[in-house]
Amino acid sequence: MGMKGADIEAMIRAAFPDAQIEMKDLAGDDNHWAATVRSAAFKGKSRVQQHQMVYAALQGNMGGVLHALQLTTTSKD
Amino acid sequence: MADAAQTQIAEDVKNNPVLLYMKGTPVFPQCGFSSMAVQILTHLGVKFEARDVLADPEIRQGIKIFSNWPTIPQLYVKGEFIGGADILREMYESGELKTLFAEKGIALQDA
Repeated sequence: MGMKGADIEAMIRAAFPDAQIEMKDLAGDDNHWAATVRSAAFKGKSRVQQHQMVYAALQGNMGGVLHALQLTTTSKD
Repeated sequence: MADAAQTQIAEDVKNNPVLLYMKGTPVFPQCGFSSMAVQILTHLGVKFEARDVLADPEIRQGIKIFSNWPTIPQLYVKGEFIGGADILREMYESGELKTLFAEKGIALQDA
């Protein structure tokens, strides 16, 4: 179970090429990750919409193999 | 049966001003994220209803479709999807959640 941090980052990167992505390994087990994603694509979107965009980028892995991804999104100009 | 679940969820979020979909119950949460959501609402002094998705697979799957949101917990206020665990934590820490309840006319008791 779980996804490697590098794989998560690559999937987010593919959907948001401009993004600044910060990955934090919360438990040191390469399984519980916190991601902070900063992208211009989030501009004008609600938090719910921003997270939905990231979940879409993860293509169904969120809530499946990826149980624990703590997500923070911010927009940049 | 999927339609029945969607109808039930639509009714539920309409009829309960503050409704939390969670794993387990407020007294015995079965997941750390659900537990945190309960703690936030309790700390703010919000009276809320909860639905245990572990008790009903149709609702567990149905709420993910209904909200287009892949994870549990999920908070609804006055029929509006507010967010999951991360958004609740962020809004709680920034004070936005308290403001939202005030704007929606949800009473807060001092905890």
